[in-house]
Amino acid sequence: MLHFSKIKIFTIYLIIIFLSFFTFTNFFNDEDNFFLSKNINLGLDLQGGSYLLLEVDTKPLINQRLQEKVIKLRDYFKYNKIKYKKLSHEGNSIILNTSDIEKFEEYFLNKDNDVNYYFERYRSFEMEYAIDNNNIFITYSKFGLIEINNSAIDQSLEIVRRRIDEVGTKEPSIVRRGNDRILIELPGLDDPARIKKLLGKTAKLTFRLVSDGDSEFTSELLSFENSDNKINVNKRIIVSGDNLINATPKLDNQTNQAVVSFTFDRVGAKKFARATTDNVGKKLAIILDGNIVSAPQIREPILGGNGQITGDFTFQSATDLALLLRSGALPAPLSIIEERTVGPDLGEDSIKAGALSLLIGFLLVIFYMIYKYRFLGIIADLALIINLILLLGILSVLEATLTLPGIAGIILTVGMAVDANVLIFERIKEEKKNENSNIYAFDMGYKKAQSAVLDANITTLISAIILFFLGSGPVKGFAVTIGIGIITTLFSAYFFARHLTSFYVLKNKDKEISI
Amino acid sequence: MILNIPKDIKFSNYYKRLNLLSLSLIILSILILFFKGLNLGVDFKGGTLIEIRTENSNVNIGEIRQSFMKMNLGDVNVKKFGKENDYLVKIEIKKSNDDNFIQSINNSLSSDLGSEVNFRRVENVGPKVSNELLKSGLLAISLSLAAMLLYIWIRFEWQFSVGAIAAILHDVIITVGIFSFLSYEINLSIVAAILTIVGYSMNDTVVIFDRIRENLKKYSKISISDISNQSTNETLSRTLITSVTTLLALFSIYFFGGAILKGFSFAMIIGVIVGTYSSIFVAAPVLKYTKVTQKTVLKEEN
Repeated sequence: MLHFSKIKIFTIYLIIIFLSFFTFTNFFNDEDNFFLSKNINLGLDLQGGSYLLLEVDTKPLINQRLQEKVIKLRDYFKYNKIKYKKLSHEGNSIILNTSDIEKFEEYFLNKDNDVNYYFERYRSFEMEYAIDNNNIFITYSKFGLIEINNSAIDQSLEIVRRRIDEVGTKEPSIVRRGNDRILIELPGLDDPARIKKLLGKTAKLTFRLVSDGDSEFTSELLSFENSDNKINVNKRIIVSGDNLINATPKLDNQTNQAVVSFTFDRVGAKKFARATTDNVGKKLAIILDGNIVSAPQIREPILGGNGQITGDFTFQSATDLALLLRSGALPAPLSIIEERTVGPDLGEDSIKAGALSLLIGFLLVIFYMIYKYRFLGIIADLALIINLILLLGILSVLEATLTLPGIAGIILTVGMAVDANVLIFERIKEEKKNENSNIYAFDMGYKKAQSAVLDANITTLISAIILFFLGSGPVKGFAVTIGIGIITTLFSAYFFARHLTSFYVLKNKDKEISI
Repeated sequence: MILNIPKDIKFSNYYKRLNLLSLSLIILSILILFFKGLNLGVDFKGGTLIEIRTENSNVNIGEIRQSFMKMNLGDVNVKKFGKENDYLVKIEIKKSNDDNFIQSINNSLSSDLGSEVNFRRVENVGPKVSNELLKSGLLAISLSLAAMLLYIWIRFEWQFSVGAIAAILHDVIITVGIFSFLSYEINLSIVAAILTIVGYSMNDTVVIFDRIRENLKKYSKISISDISNQSTNETLSRTLITSVTTLLALFSIYFFGGAILKGFSFAMIIGVIVGTYSSIFVAAPVLKYTKVTQKTVLKEEN
């Protein structure tokens, strides 16, 4: 175990130099240079920032889709003169009562029908149905739900990204998490209130006419955003936010009130022009997420496709509304199910405390080892220093994220890493009792300690791996540093320290080595 | 530990008494857990946690509590945290979909205390997420136990597995019991600590087992008690030195690593101390109780 071939020595030190290089590049930050840009990232708990986990609620979307399908089915039945007793949307299914089940199936199972989409990819329809007497219960199939979920989450992701980009925070990370979640990390942001407000709105904008006492089939009672007043509004949508191409906040010249001015696309402009021409004198309700923002009177036809939304705005809220309208409506509402925010000063305190405790822990261990093992202690300490440098180097190459628990993991690695050398040295001590030859005792010491060293480290590694896969957030950082720490520990004990020891023993093979 | 360690301690003479002590500690821990329960943090219970720093040092904790009482947020727990003007507030609300929730708390607090209040950290965990975190935490601990069992079963005979798992359970139950007794909070980092304790306890045990197996092969006539004694003595200085260096690192985190890492390092300190004890006085005796002999390890060889 004490013999090292030249090529082995060369490789060991090459690896050490290679990784040390990346450790020290952390002191330089050059984004453009491939090597210098490889740095350890600081987690949100160390640099400050916000972590938000959003969940998409697809229920309203499913309801809306089912409602649309009911209308399409009704139209088809009417057109083809198929008789039915009942056709309505209840809960998460459509209930249809007809004696003409064959005709329904003929339509519904045709791969080109426009109610029940056929997915080539899954070889499955979007919907499935069950028949009980003359009642047909239509629900989403497994794949239909997957599709609706996927499209909702993909669209939401895109819109969330646009909204956050518009706010302009630095290096936001927005990723999909699982089936129905979006994870947002916003470094450096210590007050996520505005972003939370922006993400909490679906921002579905519709323009509808205010109706005066029509039947409840064509109109509904909606309340104003900032008061409890309610008015009847026609259910028919003249034009929606989907047709907007731009929206900007403005101060109205005459009233000095903040307003949002908007521009429609061609289709929207045409629809808007026709509606405002036909309904001069009536009131037009501007509805955002089911609440009336304002309901001004149409004084004259608006033909150019431009208009403005007045309301009880401050300039800030007008700016936010314009931003929401520009970035588009979310397909389904999002709710924040987890939020973790750390202020930058706490992050800084954590880094300082982490660094201080690392330094103190490191020094205590270093001195204890020298006290215990004298010269071999110094070798163990050198191995410990190399171990730390390698650990940081690997973290840099991987561009891993260092969190506060991650720092704790490094400190703990310092405490546990010497174990490998302790196991070996203790074994050498025992071997020396029965053996006169230094070389033989050291060689046997390394050999016999090997299985214990491996066993001891593998068990900790198993814990770290499990924690890495099942842990969340900052705790994952702990698993990363502990796990990598074990690998660097084995390397520094079995290659680096062993080489130093062999060098030392071969030099002093005939002298008395105290250990 | 700094003095030289005697080399011929008859550990097996203490097995009975110390096993009784361990057993009663475990039963006590389970009883405390059963009657007192765990103080689960927002990670596992849901709710809101806010770390506050007041600009004005004349504020006292009573005023903060009173201010929260006025806000009518249900069960609110306020305690000092770290430095002079730092407080940790835990709010057990089930629902906080209001986007202005945090802002409104800050406003009422600032006006009630007549001082700027800095929210250094806000954690808001919904019931669904906290449930998932709890499940994955328990899963992680069970998985690690299973993995250890499997690992040692592959490496050794089943008697050794039983001993190692007994030692790990002993360490985990007592650590959790102490947390329950002291009403210390259980959060994500405590789960990380427990997993590390599992790994550490195992590590300590395996080193002794390794030596016991080696000695069983070496000496054909000696009883398992004497083999255990000899093996424990031979590995004792390693066991203690490693525990000391690990504890040095942990105490350094505990005293200098800031308030956030206190719970984690405390759990680890307990775990390392109990784990070191258990590898000597729980894991090794199990080999005696399960009647491990030279045959056991020789059979394994074939």
